[in-house]
Amino acid sequence: MTTITADHHGDHAHDHHDADHKPAFFQRWFMSTNHKDIGTLYLIFAILAGVIGGAISGLMRAELAQPGIQYLHTWAQMTDGPSATLDQAYHLWNVLITAHGLIMVFFMVMPAIIGGFGNWFVPIMIGAPDMAFPRMNNISFWLLIPAFALLLGSTFVPGGTGNGAGTGWTVYAPLSTSGSAGPAVDMAILSLHIAGASSILGAVNFITTILNMRAPGMTLHKMPLFVWSVLVTAFLLLLALPVLAAAITMLLTDRNFGTTFYDAAGGGDPELYQHLFWFFGHPEVYIMILPGFGIISQIVSTFSRKPVFGYLGMAYAMVAIGVVGFVVWAHHMFTTGMSVNVKMYFTAATMVIAVPTGIKIFSWIATIWGGSISYKTPMVWALGFIFLFTVGGVTGVVLANGGVDDVLHDTYYVVAHFHYVLSLGAVFGLFAGFYYWFPKMSGRMYSEFLGHLHFWVFFVGVNLLFFPMHFLGLSGMPRRYPDYPEAFAYWNSVASHGYEIMAVGVLIFFVNVFWSLAFGKKAEGNPWGEGATTLEWTLPSPPPFHQFETLPVID
Amino acid sequence: MVKSLVLAGLLAFAPASALNSQALAQDNSAVAAAADNAAAPAESAGNAAAPAAETAKVAAPARMKPTEGIGMPRPGEITLQEQFSPTGHTARWLHDVLLLPLITIISVFVLLLMLYVMVRFRRSANPVPSKTSHNALIEVLWTVVPVIILLVIAVPSIGLLADQYKPAPKDAVTVKVTGYQWYWGYEYPDNGIPEFVSNMLPKEKAEANGEPYLLASDTRLVLPAGRPIKLIITGADVIHAFAVPSLWVKMDAVPGRLNEKTFTIEKPGVYYGQCSELCGARHAFMPIAIEALPPAQFDQWVLSQGGKLQGAAPAASAAAAPAAPAAAPAEKL
Repeated sequence: MTTITADHHGDHAHDHHDADHKPAFFQRWFMSTNHKDIGTLYLIFAILAGVIGGAISGLMRAELAQPGIQYLHTWAQMTDGPSATLDQAYHLWNVLITAHGLIMVFFMVMPAIIGGFGNWFVPIMIGAPDMAFPRMNNISFWLLIPAFALLLGSTFVPGGTGNGAGTGWTVYAPLSTSGSAGPAVDMAILSLHIAGASSILGAVNFITTILNMRAPGMTLHKMPLFVWSVLVTAFLLLLALPVLAAAITMLLTDRNFGTTFYDAAGGGDPELYQHLFWFFGHPEVYIMILPGFGIISQIVSTFSRKPVFGYLGMAYAMVAIGVVGFVVWAHHMFTTGMSVNVKMYFTAATMVIAVPTGIKIFSWIATIWGGSISYKTPMVWALGFIFLFTVGGVTGVVLANGGVDDVLHDTYYVVAHFHYVLSLGAVFGLFAGFYYWFPKMSGRMYSEFLGHLHFWVFFVGVNLLFFPMHFLGLSGMPRRYPDYPEAFAYWNSVASHGYEIMAVGVLIFFVNVFWSLAFGKKAEGNPWGEGATTLEWTLPSPPPFHQFETLPVID
Repeated sequence: MVKSLVLAGLLAFAPASALNSQALAQDNSAVAAAADNAAAPAESAGNAAAPAAETAKVAAPARMKPTEGIGMPRPGEITLQEQFSPTGHTARWLHDVLLLPLITIISVFVLLLMLYVMVRFRRSANPVPSKTSHNALIEVLWTVVPVIILLVIAVPSIGLLADQYKPAPKDAVTVKVTGYQWYWGYEYPDNGIPEFVSNMLPKEKAEANGEPYLLASDTRLVLPAGRPIKLIITGADVIHAFAVPSLWVKMDAVPGRLNEKTFTIEKPGVYYGQCSELCGARHAFMPIAIEALPPAQFDQWVLSQGGKLQGAAPAASAAAAPAAPAAAPAEKL
């Protein structure tokens, strides 16, 4: 990647007045068409949703801290009325796991990493004044509100055995059709429809922006890797989400209009749903992690003061991951009774993904190699990301083996694997990006001390929380269980303590954010020095309300 | 692609409606049986290996006691459960000897590399960064080496898959396993033993029996040790999954599909498992308990259930199974 220079900084100082003319509060935040404001809204929304989703996992870890049903029955009496039965309590458990999964995927990671950071920095990084379709950008965000309201609301209406949708985030038929009477599952499905529509509109917007609005000289092969990652992600969203929409629309008609797409009694097949769901679901996990890859590339390069090693390899590794990600979906279905040839194909295809992923890991290390590293908070998070993502990645290679999956499928080993790549991968990427761009977005420096403290507490917490889950899975503990045999007690109790430590880490994060917003040092345009070469660092912090009214020229 | 999937679904399940109505019928009677089961204190439930038919002339073998740590998870365990089937040994070898060391070495290698660059290239030690951003050789290397490692994994892995799909011999003991919300039904079509259901034992009862709570069930799936076994697995209402970790068995029980799983149990013993596909409220409370008997005792058990030994009346056996009143023995609990 060539170094980008832009010499229009001075221009902004001159027409600062025009560029910084902001609409009044209601118009600015509720009718926003400004990509930075919409990005901020996305980030605030994602943080709120993350707090809710994280609190739900706290409830789950509390219940799982020891064998037996501890709190679940009491909670069920709160949600389902004082006469709640034990079955309603068990149903509440399924509602909790469903809500945790859906919230973290659709309302935390995706809005934060694509809606938040994507909106904020993609236009700036390619030298564009805004997104291609600012009003569509606005509706993309505001669709999330009714979607989230529907999902939260579904917890209070009947969904089968008790209140709420207890189908798991995968919403497998026939548990989600004939197995869940009542409006809760319908509401959850509509919530996914709306969130999906929001994401498709966002994806269209990103693709158009990146392909058409790059500043003069900003060729595709000069784009920062974060923009590359969002471009690949947007294509994945565009191709995968309509399939989810189709799958869950058929769920709706099966539930309400007597169709039998997923009902063998009428000539349908429950497996059809799983194929459609995972045709969306597997690209979805790359949707969550690819922008994280992009963020890590920017940060590693910035704080090593070196250009990214093997830039083209990095960009096309993401493209390869995106493409191969579409042809490996059935490794989520190894125990559904597929034929041996199908299982062999999906085993082999899945392993192929390890190759481009390995290229990324080694290229990051090679970027650091020979560099001059400063250990600012974002860099520490990025280094944590690289190692923990490696650990999550190699357990993925184990799970890719269809024959081994006969024991590991649907156990805590899978839970450990996908939390290592998502909770410790995507979330570390989010925190890294947040600290990296916080000075740019807010105009204030965060506290390095609190940032480092946040990292170490969180790092210890999540490892204590998720690493023992490998052991639980290997010894056979199934997922989605509110109670377990005595033998699993030890590692479950360790995991629950890990959650407590992680929660303290999140608390430190919030202290840091509020302290920095109130008392943080004013941030310079480029607080990171010569390593930060992308266009956002050529602007003041925070950037003017409208940037690049004169397009920068990249040489 | 969607269209072809739908089409495949339609073609594959043309006779599915017949199958499903049968499953529904079984479901009803099984529910009735379960209700009976719950109403009666059923003192024999915890002690008989499987329900004894009233008219049986042969006594059922005594209910086997599980061995601590065999066929069940051990407290604080950090590895796979001890295996008791040939595919289990192969698969465990693949995991313990190939995969686990390999992923550990890779993770440690990446960690060491990172620690090295983090110390060696910190700003105070290396104030002037290099400008290198390409090296064709090393980029080819870190693409090709992982490919070779993956090939090393893929060969035994594909072999294991082929092993797991070896068709069962003609004389395999066949059991039809049906997942219900929230219990299992077992039927031995070739032996003429109609379906009986298996419910989880309540805590006091499991403990009185010396069995682990949440794994112990009132009746067990009785199988012979040392003989090939073929399970035909299906679901009656929603998808369940029949899973026994110590035998390397996991197969979804899907309504409208008959999934087949073949394996051999090497040693007599009790092997526990749990439902492994989210199936509603009591998903965690429908355990699987397999009692593997020496072949002679298994035959004794078959006779005690009023069943026929395999090969005795091959023509009648197929017809006998669906006609028998489902879950009748369970009512005698």
